[in-house]
Amino acid sequence: MTPPSGGAPLVSMRGVGKTFDGGLEVLRALDLDVYPGETVTLLGPSGCGKSTALRLLAGLARPTRGEILWADPAQRERLGFVFQDATLLPWLDVFDNVYLPLRLAGVSRALAAPRVEEALALVGLSGFRDALPRELSGGMKMRCAIARALATRPVLLLMDEPFAALDEVTRIKLNNDLLALKARLDATIVFVTHSVGESVYLSTRIVVLAAKGGEIIDQIPVDPGMTRDGEYRLGPAFSQLSRRASNALRRAMGEDGP
Amino acid sequence: MSASRLNLREILAAAAPPLVAFAAFLALWEAVTRLRGIPPYVLPAPSIILQKLIEDRELLFSSLLVTLSITLQALTLATVCGVLLALAMAQSKWLARTLTPYAIMLQVTPIVAIAPLLLVYLSPPRAVLVCAFLAAFFPILSNTALGLASVDHALLDLFDLYRASAWRRLIYLRAPAALPQFLAGLRIAGGLALIGAVVAELAAGAAGQGTGLAFRIVEAGFRLDIPRMFAALALLSLAGVAIYGALSLLTYYSLRRWHESARERGA
Repeated sequence: MTPPSGGAPLVSMRGVGKTFDGGLEVLRALDLDVYPGETVTLLGPSGCGKSTALRLLAGLARPTRGEILWADPAQRERLGFVFQDATLLPWLDVFDNVYLPLRLAGVSRALAAPRVEEALALVGLSGFRDALPRELSGGMKMRCAIARALATRPVLLLMDEPFAALDEVTRIKLNNDLLALKARLDATIVFVTHSVGESVYLSTRIVVLAAKGGEIIDQIPVDPGMTRDGEYRLGPAFSQLSRRASNALRRAMGEDGP
Repeated sequence: MSASRLNLREILAAAAPPLVAFAAFLALWEAVTRLRGIPPYVLPAPSIILQKLIEDRELLFSSLLVTLSITLQALTLATVCGVLLALAMAQSKWLARTLTPYAIMLQVTPIVAIAPLLLVYLSPPRAVLVCAFLAAFFPILSNTALGLASVDHALLDLFDLYRASAWRRLIYLRAPAALPQFLAGLRIAGGLALIGAVVAELAAGAAGQGTGLAFRIVEAGFRLDIPRMFAALALLSLAGVAIYGALSLLTYYSLRRWHESARERGA
């Protein structure tokens, strides 16, 4: 696959496999390069190993085979991760939740405050810094989780089906916000989803994984220059890409395409 | 937010029905003993018990202080030891597996049966303290250990991602996450510490030692001073209620901001 910006990948997975202790093989041998500035979507049916691939990239699990190579090993420490649930600490207010990664890194509150405020402003939560998680809506909780991931100014943002539990309206809103964020921060994102529409809307490249073993069925490049808005959602390019992704997804589940 | 403040009117509204019922019960008791002419050495009327409480106040309240002081000492000791051991067990699965059967054995062995044995080896005040400690220790240990062990997996992942040290993981995640369970254990332990202290005092009191409230009950029993027995019992009961109330308040104020158990529904 041709890199969007040329140059070396930020991180490469080479023949990465993962077998759990019980003997369940989730990933057989995944080869994946992530280039700076990309939004790569891992699209696949439930249980295809896409979340496992993300956890391996994050270092939350160790691969049983293969290796994960970082262009600059120091960058593997500079990750943001957004989980499927917001995973906020219920006893901390919004500010302290976003401050958490910096606090764990030993950054003082005073020193961290500007960066926390900046992250809150990026996701539109500046007015809610004193609110507790239980006082927030599902969408706002997720914004808070994104702000927390951004507080460390990550090189790579990993997102594991972050909007799957949200209603459609909130989901579209957050998709747009994520695109705006990406444009502002020039971030590199690896995004896991099982929604074809979401993958076509957000990505610069869609990687479709097979239901078993996580073999790559198809890689679909999406023109990064295209304006992503309501028009794009209704346009011919979107439906063409969606069709291709849907067909790949069908093949991924072992069904024959048209 | 109304959930974050105790409203005096709401408290009164909640407390009124049981208080009225209690007053009615006392009135009935008083009426029956007077109308039927039941002598005080069989069943003293509430007014006689109150009178006794006032007459013997110096003796009874100093005994109350003794019992309360031992109970609180035992509770403090049980909290420190229980939390420390739970922390150690959370760090080491091996230690947890080794100690858990003994902790359970200690819990299921009736404390009444241990008290006489403690009195063989320890001075009565020391035996009372140890007995109260043993009763209070287990609920704190088991609840805190449970709380520390049942931290949300996704949150542990989050702390892994940011390479949090074991210490930071403890103070920013495990300790606050375990707080509700610890406090539930503490509330149970408060009542059990009082029971443990009374049980040991009764055992020691039979041997002619001790000055706590339970000993006053035994002593009054020997003298057939039934009103004083009731008066001491009333004080013990009040002490138990006070301990439970204080620990409930502590729980409420520690958790009211975020935990479901301390929040009103619909707030």
